[in-house]
Amino acid sequence: MLDYYWTMARTAIITQFQYRTANYFYMIGMIAEPVIYLVVWSTIATAQGGEVGGFTPGAFAAYYIVWTLVRNMNIVFTPYGWEWRIKRGELSAALLRPIHPLHQDLAYFGGWKLVVIVLWLPIAAILALIFQPTLNPTPLEIGVFAIAIWGAYLIRSMFLWLLGMITFWTTRVSALYELYFAVELLLSGRLVPMSLLPPWARDLALFMPFQWTFGFPIEALVGTLSTTELLTGLAIQVLWILIGLGLVQLVWRAGVRRYGAVGG
Amino acid sequence: MHTSAIHVNGLTKVYHVPERQAGLLAAMRSLVQRKVREVHAVENVSFSLAPGEIVGFLGPNGAGKTTTLKMLSGLLFPSGGEVSVLGHVPSRREAAYLKQITLVMGNRNQLQWDLPALDSFELQRAIYRIPTDQFQTTRDEFIEMMEVGDLVRKPVRNLSLGERMKMEIIGALLHRPQVLFLDEPTLGLDVTMQRRIRSFVADYNRRHGATVMLTSHYMADVEALCRRVIVIHHGKVLYDGALSGLVDRFAAYRQLGITLAEPADLGEYGEVVSAEGSKVVLRVPRAEASRITARLLANYALTDLTIEEPPIDDVIAQVFATEADQPAMSG
Repeated sequence: MLDYYWTMARTAIITQFQYRTANYFYMIGMIAEPVIYLVVWSTIATAQGGEVGGFTPGAFAAYYIVWTLVRNMNIVFTPYGWEWRIKRGELSAALLRPIHPLHQDLAYFGGWKLVVIVLWLPIAAILALIFQPTLNPTPLEIGVFAIAIWGAYLIRSMFLWLLGMITFWTTRVSALYELYFAVELLLSGRLVPMSLLPPWARDLALFMPFQWTFGFPIEALVGTLSTTELLTGLAIQVLWILIGLGLVQLVWRAGVRRYGAVGG
Repeated sequence: MHTSAIHVNGLTKVYHVPERQAGLLAAMRSLVQRKVREVHAVENVSFSLAPGEIVGFLGPNGAGKTTTLKMLSGLLFPSGGEVSVLGHVPSRREAAYLKQITLVMGNRNQLQWDLPALDSFELQRAIYRIPTDQFQTTRDEFIEMMEVGDLVRKPVRNLSLGERMKMEIIGALLHRPQVLFLDEPTLGLDVTMQRRIRSFVADYNRRHGATVMLTSHYMADVEALCRRVIVIHHGKVLYDGALSGLVDRFAAYRQLGITLAEPADLGEYGEVVSAEGSKVVLRVPRAEASRITARLLANYALTDLTIEEPPIDDVIAQVFATEADQPAMSG
């Protein structure tokens, strides 16, 4: 299995390096969103005497620069791609292989992430020069962050697979996807750091996987979590991965049965 | 336990297709009253293939060929009947089963578009866990057989349709499957490419003793590879037997190639297919071919006479014209 993961990841790396310019423009295009958040929050912090909820402009800069990498780690096979995958016959081809198609997506996008990390480093350096982040991570924080970004990737892969598999029953699910992405935007730490959310929203987020794909990895590096919180966070990530995996297996079996009944 | 490589008994596939009339009113009515039509794509199909056999699976578009192949490969669940391939039930899609089969569809692309085919082959090695030595030997052997040594390092997107199809077939067979389902593998290819792919399939069958089920609209593929054919129409088997038997049974006419000593009008003896000077091709009812030949010999001075079966395409067209509800015939 390791051989398969490495070979597929290598294939993704070779492919994505061929598209390095496109990848760069894609990543640069993505920077607009965090830069807007950063400028807005820094302005508010300055207006309020230097900080908002414990975040100084430097802390916001650190949060949103790390944000850019975590956002890229959150890019996985989109639910919209499932219809295309079925129409093009790619799902049939995948079903004929003696390996679960989930491995294919995890390995391919995993390889892509390695390219993204390499391409991200100079972007992060330029952003750091411009926005002067306050970032002094400990070795433990760096270690937890390095693991947590992959945990985030796995959790989001599972839940977007779940969403995508609805395509087995109906292709008219765009509204559902949009609702999911809206809730995720609000309750993940993408729009605003989790600690700045109202208490009811934080309580709600406790029962959802979103903050473990976005807010947690960022906070792990920017230094707002205790050692206990760091380690508990990793454990909760593992729990969400297992929940996601279980649900994927359950829905996959029913979905393939449905696919086998109606044809692809 | 069957000794055959493929055993199919009473295989049936019924699709439930929603349908409604055109127009707004019909659209609104369909919200409360949904009409579903049953389509019997495959109906009570039975046959067996011996290990190593190559069988042509013929039928017009929509006859049920691809649906059958998809059920045999495990992509579709049958609505009824039994299927056993190499002792496995395909719809269970066990890894041990999938490692022994391949399904090649002429209109599918499984190669990595932006990379040379060699990278896709490497991926196949990892997917099927092919031992490195065996992989390299098989890959090099196939590349040589397909004559694509100078193409495997080019990105797939830069290859022609035929070249891509060769790569697809190599990739699909690297794990040396024991059963090949080939669905229109030569679709859209020129004659040279078709010939190369045919000879590759024949070689593979000979070297590895693989069982092959082939669908093709090109009768040249079938004639070159298959001694036996199964003809399916409207989801039912119309004929299962030797290709030569199909001609004997269904060819309604024969063609007489006649060279006369002096030009003459032979219209009264049969349908004149062509007439160029003293050379005439005449189409006559099969049952009367001997009598007409005798009359021609008695009435004209002939310098040459040949009696030929009609082209196999015409015979197949004749089979499809036969009523689908008559019992399956074997020959």
